[in-house]
Amino acid sequence: MASLIGLYSLYFGVASSFLIILFSIINLKNNKKIDRKIYNLTFLQLFFVVISFIGLIFSFINSDFSNQTVFNHSHTTKPLFYKISGTWGNHEGSLLLWLLVLTLFIYLFCANSKNQPKNYRIITILIQEIIIIGFFIFVIKTSNPFNYIFPIPQEGLGLNPILQDPALAIHPPILYIGYVGSSIIFSSALAAVSTSYISKEWAKHIKYWVLLSWIFLTLGILLGSIWAYYELGWGGFWFWDPVENVSLMPWLALTTLIHCILVLERKFILSSWAVVLSIATFTLSMSGTFLVRSGVLNSVHTFANDPERGIFILIFLFSLIFLSLFIFFFFHKSEKKNDFSFYWLSKETSILINNWFMMYFLSVVLIGTVYPIFLDVLSSEKISVGPPFYHKLIIPFLVPFLFAMAIGPKLKWIKSDLENKFYLILFFIISFVLSFFIIKNLDINFLTYTVLIGSAFFLFFITVRDFFMKNSSNLSQKIAHLGFSLLILSILFNNIFSKEIITNLKVGETFMSNNFKISFENIEQFNESNFRVIKGKFRIENSNGKTDFLNPELRIYDQPNIVTSEADIKTNLFLDKFMTMNYVQNQEYFNIRYQIKPFMIWIWFSVILISFGGLISFIKKKI
Amino acid sequence: MYGRKVKFRFVFILSIITILILSVFLILKSLEENVVYFQSPSEIKAIGELERKKIRVGGMVKKNSISVEKKEVKFIITDFKNEINVTYSGVVPNLFSEGKGVVAEGYLKDRNFFLATKILAKHDENYMPPEVKAALEDK
Repeated sequence: MASLIGLYSLYFGVASSFLIILFSIINLKNNKKIDRKIYNLTFLQLFFVVISFIGLIFSFINSDFSNQTVFNHSHTTKPLFYKISGTWGNHEGSLLLWLLVLTLFIYLFCANSKNQPKNYRIITILIQEIIIIGFFIFVIKTSNPFNYIFPIPQEGLGLNPILQDPALAIHPPILYIGYVGSSIIFSSALAAVSTSYISKEWAKHIKYWVLLSWIFLTLGILLGSIWAYYELGWGGFWFWDPVENVSLMPWLALTTLIHCILVLERKFILSSWAVVLSIATFTLSMSGTFLVRSGVLNSVHTFANDPERGIFILIFLFSLIFLSLFIFFFFHKSEKKNDFSFYWLSKETSILINNWFMMYFLSVVLIGTVYPIFLDVLSSEKISVGPPFYHKLIIPFLVPFLFAMAIGPKLKWIKSDLENKFYLILFFIISFVLSFFIIKNLDINFLTYTVLIGSAFFLFFITVRDFFMKNSSNLSQKIAHLGFSLLILSILFNNIFSKEIITNLKVGETFMSNNFKISFENIEQFNESNFRVIKGKFRIENSNGKTDFLNPELRIYDQPNIVTSEADIKTNLFLDKFMTMNYVQNQEYFNIRYQIKPFMIWIWFSVILISFGGLISFIKKKI
Repeated sequence: MYGRKVKFRFVFILSIITILILSVFLILKSLEENVVYFQSPSEIKAIGELERKKIRVGGMVKKNSISVEKKEVKFIITDFKNEINVTYSGVVPNLFSEGKGVVAEGYLKDRNFFLATKILAKHDENYMPPEVKAALEDK
């Protein structure tokens, strides 16, 4: 029943999209104001998609196995929370969520752009509706979440257990708001180009949307990263996995766009660049979807390999790119008074430098992600590009990037000079001396780390000092930059001071090393609602006499039959103690991994700080 | 002569182009160094000269071939035509078991022995890495 309602509201949803397009075209020619019908229809369209989404949620809650999506991804013994989150934990449901965010954003756009020019708004709606219709067709044709199966199965196949996790339950909605939210930036940029409305006013207005999707994208990536840390049991937070890269690329583009919009808002230069970035952001989100959904990439998110889906997204993607290029080349007029009056030392220049760096990072990630796919198609040679590639290319450029980040915000618009250089030099010396003493006694690549940590400290001190200066004009920027410096520092310290022990132990055995003594005391077994638990009890004696007890778990799910390991993590302010246990088929030995990971909590905290900076800027605009 | 502005713009564009070329060169260069090739046991048997380069080997874990010792895990990867012995000390992913697909990353000792530094986790029991699938289909 719920599925049926869901299915029909999808059809009504498409119908309302077509009506919106029809009315928009009529409205474009005549009338001074936007037809009320368009507002009402965007609301109606949102309403239908919400109903459809709720229909799917209900089918999941009631374990309605006549619905194929529910059958494939749910099970009666699954806890209610994961029944609900299972709605978007699969291909079909996540596309419905994608559609929901698309329609939500166009509705919000209609409601929040009343003081913008009429034709600009209508064309934005038109372009957004084209995207929406594309996705409606995609959902209905190739990945309908409401397919009916008969005879009705008694029991479902269950949700992949590694997705049964609180962080991952909210990760997709948050990430999608960021990801799909960029569609409105795309539509609005194209509309602004075709109505020649690229201006300071446009920049002010679109900044708001850029910030919104940037904040959510940042948090979404963070959640995914936290999940990978404790659930996948590798004890890291970023693996340069293609799927992670695919979310990082739109983030880099959005971050660039925020900085670029700042310039546009003040000075009306770099307008073409802002348009290109707006187009690029959404295109990157779309290609991300293509890569993840088509099964070209090999990762956690690859649910099923259906070539039809891949081809559909690819065609759709190319037509959107074609449309945007067409609009860009035929309608775009570059700035009338094209003065390239960049004084070498000014805020504009420093933001431009930021943009260059970001584009460089973006192209590194893009090439690393896409190159294996191209090579496979061209020569059927199978390769993978690992972390060393990214580290080698990104880390050296971080140093000048951090300096630019520290000094850039201190510059004035148009023309500036650094008054009061004294404290900059002072902080520079302090930072490098400090990092020298931290690194001195360690057995690592001395020069690289001293320079890296030194420049991160430099940014850190400069931004901290700014908080105490009286003109706290740009609080959001300071918070975000402080967050970034903290992030880099925590990542570096995490890298340097991490310790790891991997060994195989039987129950009752003890592992000895210079610093620890790990005893595998015993195991305990019990049943939970949809899985059986094997809990290992470990006693770790540190060289300083302190003892820790860690209890990593193995969870054996019956449906589907999968073993997952739950890491046990003891967190305090400075370090995480992280332990996982794996079991190897038919063997007495358990595979044990014990890690000490310093500053993990600071990594998460600094990312929250970064997005908080965005939030402040967002709220300030509202008031 | 040209004005100051024109000169400035010229230098500006020139530096952009230089930076672009430089970064493309850098990226391609390090791509070449850091790429990891994927090979099946049969392909490894066929290679002429052993290189000390990181590679990935994929196939099925042979039945009854896993043995765990204190320091290391040993097993055999097979593509049902040729096989290779793998020695590994590190974390074993949960879905690593006999008769299932596996991808190991590491270095070749010779054509029959492989020293793995990483075994890649797969997250879905029905999911077979495309590389493994292709390697198995080739036989």
